[in-house]
Amino acid sequence: MIKHLRSAADLDAATATLILDTAGEMAALAGREVKKLPTLRGRTVVNLFYEDSTRTRISFEAAAKRLSADVINFSAKGSSVSKGESLKDTALTLQAMGADAVVIRHPASGAPHRLAQWVDGSVVNAGDGTHEHPTQALLDAYTMRSRLGRLDGLKVAIVGDVLHSRVARSNVLLLTTLGAEITVVGPPTLIPLDLAAALSPATKVSYDLDSVLPDMDVVMMLRVQTERMQDSYFPSAREYSRRYGLDIARMRKLPEHAIVMHPGPMNRGMEITPEVADSSRSTIVEQVANGVSARMAVLYLLLGGKA
Amino acid sequence: MASPRADAPSKIILSASDLQRVVDRIAHQILEKTSGATGTVLLGIPTRGVPLAHRLAARIHAFEGIDVPVGSLDITLYRDDLRLQATRALGKTELPGGGIDGRRVVLVDDVLYSGRTVRAALDALKDEGRPSSVQLAVLVDRGHRELPIRADYVGKNIPTSLAESVRVSLTETDGLDEVKLTGGDK
Amino acid sequence: MTSYLLRGVSVLGAAPADLLIRDGVISSGAPEDAEIIDADGLVALPGLVDLHTHLREPGREDAETVETGSRAAALGGYTAVFAMANTSPVADTAGVVEQVWRLGREAGLVDVQPIGAVTVGLAGKQLAELGAMATSAAGVRIFSDDGHCVADPRLMRRALEYVKAFDGIIAQHAEEPRLTEGAQMHEGEVSTRLGLTGWPAVAEEAIIARDVLLAEHVGSRLHVCHVSTAGSVEVLRQAKARGVRVTAEVTPHHLLLTDELAASYDPVYKVNPPLRTASDVHALREALIEGVIDIVATDHAPHAVEDKECEWAYARPGMVGLETALPVVLSVLGERWELIAERMSRTPARIAGLTGHGTDLKVGQPANLTLVDPSARRVVDPAELASRSRNTPYAGTTLPGRIVATFLRGEPTVLDGKAVK
Repeated sequence: MIKHLRSAADLDAATATLILDTAGEMAALAGREVKKLPTLRGRTVVNLFYEDSTRTRISFEAAAKRLSADVINFSAKGSSVSKGESLKDTALTLQAMGADAVVIRHPASGAPHRLAQWVDGSVVNAGDGTHEHPTQALLDAYTMRSRLGRLDGLKVAIVGDVLHSRVARSNVLLLTTLGAEITVVGPPTLIPLDLAAALSPATKVSYDLDSVLPDMDVVMMLRVQTERMQDSYFPSAREYSRRYGLDIARMRKLPEHAIVMHPGPMNRGMEITPEVADSSRSTIVEQVANGVSARMAVLYLLLGGKA
Repeated sequence: MASPRADAPSKIILSASDLQRVVDRIAHQILEKTSGATGTVLLGIPTRGVPLAHRLAARIHAFEGIDVPVGSLDITLYRDDLRLQATRALGKTELPGGGIDGRRVVLVDDVLYSGRTVRAALDALKDEGRPSSVQLAVLVDRGHRELPIRADYVGKNIPTSLAESVRVSLTETDGLDEVKLTGGDK
Repeated sequence: MTSYLLRGVSVLGAAPADLLIRDGVISSGAPEDAEIIDADGLVALPGLVDLHTHLREPGREDAETVETGSRAAALGGYTAVFAMANTSPVADTAGVVEQVWRLGREAGLVDVQPIGAVTVGLAGKQLAELGAMATSAAGVRIFSDDGHCVADPRLMRRALEYVKAFDGIIAQHAEEPRLTEGAQMHEGEVSTRLGLTGWPAVAEEAIIARDVLLAEHVGSRLHVCHVSTAGSVEVLRQAKARGVRVTAEVTPHHLLLTDELAASYDPVYKVNPPLRTASDVHALREALIEGVIDIVATDHAPHAVEDKECEWAYARPGMVGLETALPVVLSVLGERWELIAERMSRTPARIAGLTGHGTDLKVGQPANLTLVDPSARRVVDPAELASRSRNTPYAGTTLPGRIVATFLRGEPTVLDGKAVK
């Protein structure tokens, strides 16, 4: 079993499938009256959040608590290096507290890798800079599998600001490992030049959303920050949403069974219209619920055995 | 259950036909002790307790025409020895329609040994609901209890040494029906 | 002054012979009462000259001082180093460069030659008093805003022209700043995978292309710091073919290491310009052998522990290099002593107009030299470095060659592999 979950690349197909299967069992248990399980009693999980992300933190907190782990929330907001304690000193503190796992959200890519060099416990990446967000990819994969029954051979479009998206990186890696076929779509300025070579050679790139949609089983819309306009990644919000936003007319180009996903938080009207976000094809609310199950599965698999 | 070395001496304790007879007997005993299996649910403990529970239900149906609800109860998340080995994959928990509240639950497992699995099952059951009573049926009781637990229905008592291991094979999971004792001095 | 007889030394790989050092120069005649140094199996090189060293003093004495950096240099076989101007305060006045120069003399381990800033405060807005620094006691000839690019083309043109008056040279840190905003590592497959903002090769190549055209236009000399890409090599090759007076350096780490190392997110591999790809490394090696790249310069950049034991994005770029430069070059070029002397001693001294260094080990020449044991192998241990900082990317790496002794004007600065002071 793996020790850390720093990147979706830490997961081979067998391990990833085991996590999804486990998440399925966890989801089934979530339906009963007593949601708590004694599994991780006596284990300590630290949520180390250097960025505000209430939804992700709560999701991890719920997951750890349902497994009876002790949860310590360590919010290190606004701690650029210049002020406050260094990541290494924080790591040594957590080490002294006997953290069995540290869930870290950090604005710097690779912070979980650094942390893993300084603590003995497991490190779970809850989003690092513009690098990865592997548990988001797991919950996305779980959602797709629940809705569509499989991942192997599934055609998935990931649309938007791929360049800056940790969700996109983790999804490309994980979904490819599980046999899905990925097409990333967006303006060329927001798609890294070496994307396929960097992540997985089979990844396709398209700049034309309309031509891609009729083939897809899943379309995943990424959040696009309006600040990107100032850096000339695209001329205006209006032009972006015209070319790459998902509205009802575009959604109709998808096959009947296809689903629409979004990792949240959404920019309604930018990358997705409210009608699409609230439609029956949208899995956005399910994704949130599945997040707890997927994170329970990850915590169980990292902490539920011999250290 | 430690898997014995391939060359370890082994002895067949129950053949396929023995095993069938034993299941029949337990089915009869359940009918007897539960007044015709009324209000009774069979819950198999994965892995091999689940097919055994289904076999018992099938035999009860054959003898009396009664349909006993069958489900499975995975106890992995309730084990007290999780940290002693690598993380285990989970089995399925599927309660029959109507649940277990107010019903008599018969837990079904293949081998009763330390009693820890049953202890975990009782904990798991408590979180699933409130049965009126809980009983235990096992194919083999090999002794060496570490907890004050006993079975209500035992297919066969097999005195063993700690060095030995009991290997239950079922057609559904292993391709054949057989119970073997392996390892030990002889 | 003590005389030394280097017994059985191989000068640049030639047949072993005795070499007498007396009164600070290579001497001939009877070696009476000379201290004898057994140089059997050792190779003598002219003392190495580094055109690109960060000594951090004044300002960051916790990372390095002129003295500790000098010691590291001597242990690396250097007899002269050029100290970059990005200190605090910036070496943009005669006062600061003279201070650094004087500290170097006091340390007395290598000749420390200050580099002056091109612009006031390295801000890229207004020329520093280049002439005052040139005529100061430090006699500054090389000017550089290293760490920053002189990005403004008009300012760069003026600088190139202005220093002609005192045979100065501008050493450009070639990095188009708008193309490298927030950049963390080489832009390519690895940066995409790691989610680190890319530093595209074109940001270096575009500035070099512009600057060689400017130098050509105004007839000035240009030196390009730490060339790191295959594309830059091509730009330089074409410029040299046209007769542009451009010289260029490459660092040891760009000759050996690649961007794949960033995968650990250990900022010990973070450097500016960043580590590039294997094909860039290959092109740089070829260019160095060919002479398209003229010299090896260390870009020795010491950093305090807290500036490296952190997240990649927050770490300062740079690696220490003085003590490992020759071993790395040996591992890359092999025992091509003539070539090594050319690229690490003679040519850098010539570019800088530094007399008394990079001279042949012949009778009458200053005894600036280093003795190397080419058969030795050394596992790099950061704790053993004489530099005040530990940020070497070679920790645990086995490198060939050991610097046994270094002489500065006939006086040993290193003996038996240890600094004499």
